[in-house]
Amino acid sequence: MTGSARRIEGAGLHPGADEVRFQFDGRAYRGQAGDSLASALIANNVRVVARSFKYHRPRGITGIGPEEATGLLAIERATGDEPNTRATTVELYEGLSARGQNAWPSVNFDLSAWLNLASPLFPVGFYYKTFMAPAGAWMFYEHLIRRVAGLGTVPEAVDTEHYTSTHAHTDVLIAGGGAAGLSAALAAGRSGARVILVDENPWLGLGLLGEDARIDGERASDWAANAIAALSVMDNVRILTRTTVAGRYEHGFVILCEKVREAPAGRDDPSPRWRLWKVRAGRVVLATGAIERPLVFANNDRPGVMTASAAAGYLLRHGVLPGSRIVVATENDSGHAAGAHLAQAGAQVTVLDRRDTGTAIAAEAGATVEWSSGVLDIKGARGVRAARAATPKGERWLDCDLVAMAGGWSPALHLYAHTGGKPVWDEARGMFVPGVSEDGVICVGASNGSFDLADVLRQGHEAGLAGGSGATSPAPNVEGARSEKASAAFANLSDAGGKAFVDLQGDVTVADLSLAVREGYRSIEHVKRYTTLGMGTDQGKLGNVNGVRAIAEARGEDVSAIGTTRFRPPYVPLPMGAVAAHQSPDLRHPMRRTAAHDLHEEAGCVWLHAGAWLRPQFYRQGTETDLEAVNREVMAVRENVSIVDVSTLGKIEMAGPDCIEFLNRIYTNGWSTLKIGMGRYGIMLREDGMVFDDGVTMRLAEDHYVMSTTSGGAGAVYEWMTRLLETRWSDLRVVLTPVTEQWFAAALAGPKARDVLARVCDGLDVSNEGLPFMAGRVGTIAGIPARIFRISFSGELSYEINVPADRGAELWQALLEAGAPENMEPYGLESMGVLRLEKGHFVIGREAEGRTNPDDIGLGRMVSSKKWFIGKEALGLPEMTVPNRRQLVGVVPVDPSQRIPYSAHLVLPDRPDEIGGAQGWIASLAYSPTLGHDIALALLEGGHDRIGEALIASAPIAGKKTPVTVVAPHFYDHEGSRQIG
Amino acid sequence: MLLIPCPVCGERPEDEFGFGGDATVQPPVTDSASGQAEVDIDGFADYLYLRENPKGRHTELWVHRYGCRRWLVVERDTVTHELYSSRLAAGEGGE
Ligand SMILES: [Zn+2]
Repeated sequence: MTGSARRIEGAGLHPGADEVRFQFDGRAYRGQAGDSLASALIANNVRVVARSFKYHRPRGITGIGPEEATGLLAIERATGDEPNTRATTVELYEGLSARGQNAWPSVNFDLSAWLNLASPLFPVGFYYKTFMAPAGAWMFYEHLIRRVAGLGTVPEAVDTEHYTSTHAHTDVLIAGGGAAGLSAALAAGRSGARVILVDENPWLGLGLLGEDARIDGERASDWAANAIAALSVMDNVRILTRTTVAGRYEHGFVILCEKVREAPAGRDDPSPRWRLWKVRAGRVVLATGAIERPLVFANNDRPGVMTASAAAGYLLRHGVLPGSRIVVATENDSGHAAGAHLAQAGAQVTVLDRRDTGTAIAAEAGATVEWSSGVLDIKGARGVRAARAATPKGERWLDCDLVAMAGGWSPALHLYAHTGGKPVWDEARGMFVPGVSEDGVICVGASNGSFDLADVLRQGHEAGLAGGSGATSPAPNVEGARSEKASAAFANLSDAGGKAFVDLQGDVTVADLSLAVREGYRSIEHVKRYTTLGMGTDQGKLGNVNGVRAIAEARGEDVSAIGTTRFRPPYVPLPMGAVAAHQSPDLRHPMRRTAAHDLHEEAGCVWLHAGAWLRPQFYRQGTETDLEAVNREVMAVRENVSIVDVSTLGKIEMAGPDCIEFLNRIYTNGWSTLKIGMGRYGIMLREDGMVFDDGVTMRLAEDHYVMSTTSGGAGAVYEWMTRLLETRWSDLRVVLTPVTEQWFAAALAGPKARDVLARVCDGLDVSNEGLPFMAGRVGTIAGIPARIFRISFSGELSYEINVPADRGAELWQALLEAGAPENMEPYGLESMGVLRLEKGHFVIGREAEGRTNPDDIGLGRMVSSKKWFIGKEALGLPEMTVPNRRQLVGVVPVDPSQRIPYSAHLVLPDRPDEIGGAQGWIASLAYSPTLGHDIALALLEGGHDRIGEALIASAPIAGKKTPVTVVAPHFYDHEGSRQIG
Repeated sequence: MLLIPCPVCGERPEDEFGFGGDATVQPPVTDSASGQAEVDIDGFADYLYLRENPKGRHTELWVHRYGCRRWLVVERDTVTHELYSSRLAAGEGGE
């Protein structure tokens, strides 16, 4: 026998199971297989397991499942503690080591416990009231408060555990494997439907534990065992235990979180710890049961005060009797049922019932029952020693080591409410029940407010069959059921004296809630946020209804007038690892590589993640610094010849007789005169007049064009153009085909580009007359079918060569070989950025940043006044021409030897530190090896009229300031003579 | 997550789609032939920036971004997410 202090021989689901050794706060203990960490701690008579959030009060275990609000521990794992873990949901494993939280040095001796004595100084809203004014005070105090008020510490090391996710489709998803869930699964499974049955526990059927009615002539537990056996051999039924339905969304979409493994993986064990299921279900059956509520009395948070169902549950599931002298405080029959189990196991039980009459089962089991009685207060800061009983005979202290609370049941409606369903208050039964039914979901059993076993099984059965066309079977038949758990004999919460907690995790008391109401908070949602009621990791599963009742009392209104707060996913805290699943940084997005990827790799390129693409940033040689490599590459383009992979540019083929009209409508400039074999640059606006995209469109044939877009804009531009054609201009005969991935493209640039091209152009006339600037040809390059466009981004003589993607590497190799006499080497994206900056070319997303119109970036001349185009109306809005628009300018340092800081704002020299005094900002910045100093493009208020002005480029976070001069936004070959020669 | 019926691809999950807003909004009339936009400035600003936010039935555009890339007109209830109809924006049956 293990954890022998409170273990009852022969009791529980797994009597005599193997011993499991574990540690808590550095001390060794023994539990047994099948234990939860909570049951093992209780078995070992460990009472204080945590310190509370605000007051650092000692806390024990209150519940037995995901509702647990007090027993939050840190579980030690290889890469750091897993904080805020509910001891009730952790399965014990050999070597498990847990620690208490929010306490130093330990939960038994906590130096911050003075906070409890000082608690009158910390009323509700204390932090807001004290530290929010004057402005800035909160910033000062916040780190002090965070140190003493809070939960566990987030681990900082990279998690080395495995996680995974998967998708599934099913006809019926059943949440909960108790009586209703098993009944639903049997009915649905036998009808032939695809079924997924989910239960958060390691075992199904726990809801029938201790039930003494007979189902279909069998003991309830035997019926459950037979049901589980039958389900587990049905091919159409999938059973997921240790799995929580975390969220329910529209159209049958459900998120499940499966704990595949609790213990750390062994060496070379690739199994995941968690698996996230994304399920699309035809219908969802909620058999989620109900959660028992605590009662509200002074010091109801003391270790050893727990719900009656938890106390009985530890006995029935784990064979652990959590107390030997037990006071059960109840307002309904279910407290008596729990008391009967505890008494039969040998505990000395006193049941105090608020009502004046009720069931006799506890009395028959040997418990003392006192009617019209209740608990007022608890003694024992580190574990219950006595309960103050109020009885018709007067008040007295009852010696005890456990107080079990049966404060009524709250149907677990969370999943019902996730899609907007509103629970309604049923005054007669004292509980929130499902309101208007939500599409595709059926609540059955206790989650529907039904506690009669025959009703529960019938509802489950009917939900399992609902809408199905398969075989039907009869509903289970029940004899001897008597459990009626509903009750409405509520105490007045405001009668509770002392520290009577409503929300155990947030340390929210009845007094806090009534104070909030007195201060004028009326809506439940406001009181919640002001007092933190229900805002802990338990999301108020235990405390919410008592909180709503306390607010109702303080307002003198009915509970139904208050309502509940909105339940939102997830039902339980989800491990972030499960959400991320196998998406390691490399797998987060499909990574796009160009056809010459391997050749770039061999050439020693430094890779850059550019949107969805992996692109060469530059190619380092020897021991070069980054800047030296870029400078070398830039000068090679300016003085010799070089090539760059530009495959990522978006490419959209356009065909049809109305392409010119279409281009006229989507670009600001005119296209009517574009000749076959020529291209034209255009800028595209959004309807609000802001620059959206730019690029060159080539006319390949009478009705055939190819448009190039920015790399990042390829998808959005295609989507926008199809939207226009499909929703507004269906009369235009234009067909679009996105072909970005079908082509590889390289730009050959530099004064010697023509010499290199001539060696591989297979007879094509590449002379200045044969292939002039902005012309395009179809031919072959090195024997590869190719489109050759004479366009330039670098400002040098330049050819963009497009070949089918599968021949891209071949082209790249052929061009490099053709350039051997010039010692040609490739250049990367970083160098391309410097080249374009020297030319003053703007880039979408940098200089054109979504609030930039054509005039702002100096392209007003490209806006046609002779035709209509998308964005034209908006350019007429008054805001488009105000003088303080941010306009594109160049910026250079006054002292050429000085660097302009990154992320700099432009400020006035006489007021460099004025808050809100920024005149604009640096959008792009580089060192220009051509000019020998830094150059930048900036967006500056009224910038077009400020050329020559002296400003300061200030990066306050870096603490750097550089005097700069505003110049025209082009630094090199403004006339463009180099690209046309 | 919604399940949106695409006339080309069948029922597909919402995360394959992009939202395109109210499908019934039409741009103010423009005179594209003469090249002169004859538009009331305030009316155009309303067209750009103001949309109804109805509680209930809504006719809206979706694009099947990671599927056929076609634009759909979908009728949806903004409260219950019930989907009443879905068709290609370019017209019944596509081309
Ligand atoms: Zn589609």
